[in-house]
Amino acid sequence: MTDNKGEKKLPTMSVAAEKKNTSSKTKRKPISKGSDWTFELIEQYDREIAKIAKEYKLDTYPNQIEVISAEQMMDAYSSVGMPVGYHHWSFGKQFLNTSKRYRRGQMGLAYEIVINSNPCIAYLMEENTMMMQALVIAHASYGHNSFFKGNYLFQTWTDASAIIDYLLFAKNYIAECENRYGLDAVENILDSCHAIQNYGVDRYKRPSPISADEESALQQEREEYLQRQVNELWRTIPAKSGEKSEKKKKRFPPEPQENLLYFFEKNSPLLEPWQREVVRIVRKIAQYFYPQRQTQVMNEGWATFWHYTILNTLYDKGLVTDGFMMEFLQSHSAVIYQPPYDNPWFSGINPYTLGFNMFIDLRRICEHPTDEDKKWFPDIAGSDWLETLHFAMHNFKDESFILQFLSPKVMRDMKFFSIIDDEMDQEYHISAIHDDNGYRYIREKLARQYNLSYREPDIQVWDVDVRGDRSLTLRHTPVDNVPLSDQTDKVLFHVHRLWGFDVHLESVTSEGRNLGKYQYPPPPEADEEDDD
Amino acid sequence: MGLTHIIDRRLNGKNKSAVNRERFIRRYREHIKKAVADAVSKRSITDMDRGESINIPTRDIEEHVFRPGEGGKREIVHPGNREYVTGDALPKPPKGGGGGSGTGDASDSGEGMDEFVFTISQEEFLDFMFEDLELPNLVKKQLKDTSAYKYVRSGLSTAGIPAKINIVRSLRGAYGRRLALTGKHRNKIAELEKQLEELKAAPDIPDPAFSTADQIRALEDEIERLKNRIHKIPWIDDFDLRYNQHVKQPYPSTSAVMFCLMDVSGSMSQMHKEIAKRFFILLYLFLKRNYQKIDVVFIRHHTSAKEVDEQEFFYSRETGGTIVSSALKLMQEIVDERYSPSDWNIYAAQASDGDNWNDDSPLCSQILDKEILPKVQYFSYIEITPHDHQMLWYEYLKLTEKWPDQFAIQHLVDAADIYPVFRKLFARKSA
Repeated sequence: MTDNKGEKKLPTMSVAAEKKNTSSKTKRKPISKGSDWTFELIEQYDREIAKIAKEYKLDTYPNQIEVISAEQMMDAYSSVGMPVGYHHWSFGKQFLNTSKRYRRGQMGLAYEIVINSNPCIAYLMEENTMMMQALVIAHASYGHNSFFKGNYLFQTWTDASAIIDYLLFAKNYIAECENRYGLDAVENILDSCHAIQNYGVDRYKRPSPISADEESALQQEREEYLQRQVNELWRTIPAKSGEKSEKKKKRFPPEPQENLLYFFEKNSPLLEPWQREVVRIVRKIAQYFYPQRQTQVMNEGWATFWHYTILNTLYDKGLVTDGFMMEFLQSHSAVIYQPPYDNPWFSGINPYTLGFNMFIDLRRICEHPTDEDKKWFPDIAGSDWLETLHFAMHNFKDESFILQFLSPKVMRDMKFFSIIDDEMDQEYHISAIHDDNGYRYIREKLARQYNLSYREPDIQVWDVDVRGDRSLTLRHTPVDNVPLSDQTDKVLFHVHRLWGFDVHLESVTSEGRNLGKYQYPPPPEADEEDDD
Repeated sequence: MGLTHIIDRRLNGKNKSAVNRERFIRRYREHIKKAVADAVSKRSITDMDRGESINIPTRDIEEHVFRPGEGGKREIVHPGNREYVTGDALPKPPKGGGGGSGTGDASDSGEGMDEFVFTISQEEFLDFMFEDLELPNLVKKQLKDTSAYKYVRSGLSTAGIPAKINIVRSLRGAYGRRLALTGKHRNKIAELEKQLEELKAAPDIPDPAFSTADQIRALEDEIERLKNRIHKIPWIDDFDLRYNQHVKQPYPSTSAVMFCLMDVSGSMSQMHKEIAKRFFILLYLFLKRNYQKIDVVFIRHHTSAKEVDEQEFFYSRETGGTIVSSALKLMQEIVDERYSPSDWNIYAAQASDGDNWNDDSPLCSQILDKEILPKVQYFSYIEITPHDHQMLWYEYLKLTEKWPDQFAIQHLVDAADIYPVFRKLFARKSA
């Protein structure tokens, strides 16, 4: 085990020097020396890494490590992490983009893609050096893998053993629809579903597990049942306008619905049964990715912490060479590089950096707490570090993880500051920095930044004019008076396609201030006068 | 802790994204077509024949989702503070400039942040370039002139040369024949052998008068004789032999010759020549997609015509007056000499600024009418001039009425017209 990271600066390159000292003590019997890998070597490294992972109590799904070529990696990349995907132009777009940037050398391919499935599939690129393969195995097959298995969000929202089968079912079903109803019809409905796929999760209800066999068997049944239900809702002949106001008291839906896709799947008046199934497929797949969107910092931080810790342990056991370690530290520090806010490379907070720093610091707080730590984290300062880290990994998502565990030290190291941009104000204001007065404030603001509803507008189904023109009204509740972007009309076009009748969207703040109204199809002419 | 499986997937299919890529291209056909058309008129001539990078404005391919817009009051945590302290106020940058995401203008040329850029292959480029175009009269030629032949297999024959013996069929025939001819004997042998066995099995009677030894010997002799008969039947016989038969079948010729006729008289500027050249290149690429083999004949002319090589055709500076008919006469001679219309699909493209001696123009039209047009698949004339048409154009115009399928003329002013004009000349005529 490495040690004494205590009060030193963040362990990037400084560790290399530190290592040098210990290396003289240990007799090296490295698994391999050169940079070339073979399948035997991968096996040996995996065996050693697995041993270490076990010592650290990393509980994982069985691993499936697949060696692939760069081209295959680009394919994997373009299908947004789905090992089997239905066909859609947007994946083609992604592919063109990826391959172009890769060819120009603007982008190294991710060295790893890992899939939350059981067994857990991780891809190794054949171009990688032996060090890289070992890094990816530690990072993906033990880091991410244990996160997938252990984190509560993944346990709640995903079923790792069913996903591959479900994706296969989805692919075949959509291919079948394409045969039957034509490419354009299927593409249209998929486009529209994709536009609102972030609104496909029921946050409060535990989803039922998915499996391909059941899906196929149930699909037919569901088709009939669904259609019957929809007919039920719409059975009434639209009433005359006179009666409208009276009947309106009976709201539909009775409560606002945040799961737009689910709402359309069940209630959209004009969708064909197969279209409902497509909506469902997009919804189910979006749900599968829902935990990943909320645990990016934690997940990457966890995996990075473990590849760092495991590879260092390999070194301490004398199983890798000094050269291996130098190469590793170089890759590692590139991964956790955080450009400052005014750097041309800056594109937000690097989740690898933040997550890694937090886990490293959490360990430090447990092992070598300072007075500050004892004051801030009385419960965990001096506790068993491994237990504490596992507890954090199991029970938090990015937002709560930051709120709970972001320490003043990490804030200082990363030099966080918060800045207010108010449209009513001529200037920006620095509201807090990494000092005694600012720690709590910054921690709270940063945590909020990782709240999904802060990043994605909160939009819910508000009302349906069931007895009248069947128009649908969505309600946007702005956070901090931030309005919707100018793309909103284009998204409403898609909502309209799924709903089939007029669609309205109102942006109303919690104080009841109206920030904007949108409508599709656009009202004829009239909109010019009440534009402002 | 589970087991780890390590799998080598490198030999599994790559190009999993091919279908998705194709879907993308299908969706943005119109954009790509336009980009190809632009590229064709911008490209240098030597590299018409390669892929192209296509720019599509990002706003056209964006997938829209609900997202926060500008405005309101937002507070963001950033890393990397150096000089700020709490309470600092910073001036906002002027509106529109560097204000963050989104509002930059799409650049028309070059590739800005607002363009989605990708590359299509040479094959795809040419597909788009020549989409909906066809070579006029290609079909007619196939039906009419069937003077090229190829050999196709057409069953078997009993006569032929040793090189064409079909071994399998011959041996199969021989085997069948042997079976048929020996059947009777083999049955007999089987019968005799059975008797022989019975005799041998029975205890021999010591009395020589009743002894079965004679019978046995007789049977054995008979069997021996029959076996010899079988043996004498030839293993393979002349009439077992089968030969692969090939017949000569007419098929449409797949070779084409393209004549490039260019006016290099003093009145043709470098710009004119450049335009002509681009046109010829387009034609060449187009023909190449339809024919396996293409000859290109370059004829340049001023007052007299000369067959030249490509280099000289495009770059020689020799110049003089104009007698267009000289080129047509030369073409006619070359056709007669080397490119029999029954073997070759003949295409010709003539480029000129239309500035000809007035008494020569009727002659041109006459040569075309009598000698050339009856022999060619398609003759196109492009006149590159910003000025009014002269005699030659009007003479040619008359011909187009007489030869609507073989002859077409078009007028171009500058390089941007080349591709549209080309498309007009070769537009697929709807049936």
